[in-house]
Amino acid sequence: MIAFPVFPIFTLLIVLGLAPVLPGIANRTKSALTGRRGAPVLQLYSDLGKLWRKGVVYSRTTTVLFRLAPVVLLATSLLAGGLLPLDGRVALLSFPGDLVAFAGLLGLGRFFLVLAAMDTGSSFEGMGASREVTFASFAEPALFLCFTVLVLATGQLQLAGMFGVPLAAAWPVAAPSLVLAAAGLFIVTLAETCRVPVDDPLTHLELTMIHEVMILDHSGPDLALILYASSVKMALFGSLIVGVLAPRAHEQRVLAFGELILGLGLVAIAIGVVESIMARLRMNRVPHLLVAASALAGLALILLLR
Amino acid sequence: MQPVHDLLLLLVVLTNFWVLGTTRLSATIRATAIQGMLLAGLPIALYPGLSLHIVGLAVGTFAVKAIFLPFLLSRAIREAAVRREIEPLIGFTPSMLLGALAVALAFSIAPQLPLPEMRSYMLVPVSLSTVVIGLLVLTTRSKAVTQVVGYLILENGIYVFGLSLVERVPFLVEIGVLLDVFVGVFIMGIVVFHINREFDSLDSARLTELRD
Repeated sequence: MIAFPVFPIFTLLIVLGLAPVLPGIANRTKSALTGRRGAPVLQLYSDLGKLWRKGVVYSRTTTVLFRLAPVVLLATSLLAGGLLPLDGRVALLSFPGDLVAFAGLLGLGRFFLVLAAMDTGSSFEGMGASREVTFASFAEPALFLCFTVLVLATGQLQLAGMFGVPLAAAWPVAAPSLVLAAAGLFIVTLAETCRVPVDDPLTHLELTMIHEVMILDHSGPDLALILYASSVKMALFGSLIVGVLAPRAHEQRVLAFGELILGLGLVAIAIGVVESIMARLRMNRVPHLLVAASALAGLALILLLR
Repeated sequence: MQPVHDLLLLLVVLTNFWVLGTTRLSATIRATAIQGMLLAGLPIALYPGLSLHIVGLAVGTFAVKAIFLPFLLSRAIREAAVRREIEPLIGFTPSMLLGALAVALAFSIAPQLPLPEMRSYMLVPVSLSTVVIGLLVLTTRSKAVTQVVGYLILENGIYVFGLSLVERVPFLVEIGVLLDVFVGVFIMGIVVFHINREFDSLDSARLTELRD
C-alpha cells in the first residue's frame, strides 16, 4: 500500500500559489535599483484576477490549436513541477530518467505556444515564434549538460535522487563543477523565463519582443493562463538552482522547504539585479550567451570526468 | 574540500572563456588583468611556506601582469580609440566552442604525459588549454590589441606550466621571462600606436596593403 503523498502535494501547492510573487520580486528589485518605486510585489495576482474576469476574443483565422495552447502550456508546467523534489528528497512523481521528462514537458509547452503563435497567421507572431525556437535550441543543450553534470556527480538518474542525499555527498568532492553547473542553470533560467539579457518583458515594440510577441493575440483567461504558466516556469527553474546550490536532504522537511522558498526569493532578486546592471543583448548575440552557458556546463563535466 | 589552487586554476580557465566571448576590447584587457592577479596568487597557493623565491615571483607577476601590462594596453586603446573587435576570422560562438574543445582535449591528454609528480592535477591541462586558447585569440582576431592580448594569454599558459617546475628553475630565469614579456608587450604597444597613426585603423588584415 502506497501512502498518500501528502507533503509533496502540499509543497507543490504552496510553490504554485507563490509563483506569481517571483516576477513581482524581480521587477521590484529592478525598480529599487533604478530609483523608482515600482509596481507592488503582488501585482501579477491582480493582473491575473483582472484577466480572468474578462472575455476572450478569438481571431477568425485561428483554429482549435490556438485555444488549446494555454491549457497545454499550463498543464505541462504543472506536471513538470510534480517531477521536482521540492523538499530536497521526494517528488510527487519520480522515475529513472525523469529529468528528460522534465525538459520534454517544458519543451512540449513551448511547442504548443509556438504553434498557437503561428496559428494566428500574424507575421509578427511568426517572427517571435522563430526567435523563441532558435534560442530554445541553444538553451536546451545547456540545460541537459547541467543535468549531465548532476547525474555524473551524484550517480542518480532521477531528479529526486539527484537533489537528495547523494548531492550533499557530492559537494565536498565536486564543488567547482556544481557551482559551474548552477551558473549555467542561471543563464538558462534567464533565457527560459524571458528576462533581460535575452528578452525584455517590458518592451513595447513588437520588433524587439520574443516571448511577448507570441502571446499578443491571446486575451482574457487565456492570457492569464500563459502569464501564470511563465511565472510557474520561473519557480521551477529557480527550484533547480536552489536544489543544486543548497542540498537540504539531511534537514527536516519543513525547514528544507522553507529554505527553498527563501532561495526562490533570492533567485528572483538575482534576476532583478542582472536586469538592472545589464543591457539586453542584440538578437544575434543571444545564442552566444547560451553557448557560454553550455561551455560552463561542459567545463564542469570535464572536471568531473578527469 | 577543493584546495585553493584548483579554484584559482578554474578561474584562469573562466577568464580565458571571457576573452574568447567578449567583443569589447576593454573587457578583454580587464580579463587579462584578472588573469594576471590569479596567476600571481597561484605560486603562493601552490607552495605554502613563503620563501623569498615564491614571494618574489608572485609580486613580480602581479606588478607586470596584473597592473603594468593592462595599463599599457588600455592606454593603447584609449589613444587609438578602438572599442570593439568587429570581424574576427572565426566568430565568437565557434571560437568559444573551439575553446571548450581545447579544454576537453587538454584534460584528456594531460594525464598521459610523462611528467614528474605535480602539486595539482589541474596545472598541466590548464596550462595546455590556456596556450591553445591564447593561440586561438592571437590568430583569429583582427585587431592588433586583441592579438597582443592573445600573446599575453599564451605566455600565461607557459607561466602556469612553469609553476609546476618552480622548485627546479632558477629565479633569474623566471624574472628574465617576465622581462621578455614586458618588453614584448611594450614594443607591441608602441607599434600598435604607430600603426593606428599611419593607417587610421588597427585592423591587421589591412597591413597587407603596405607599399613603399
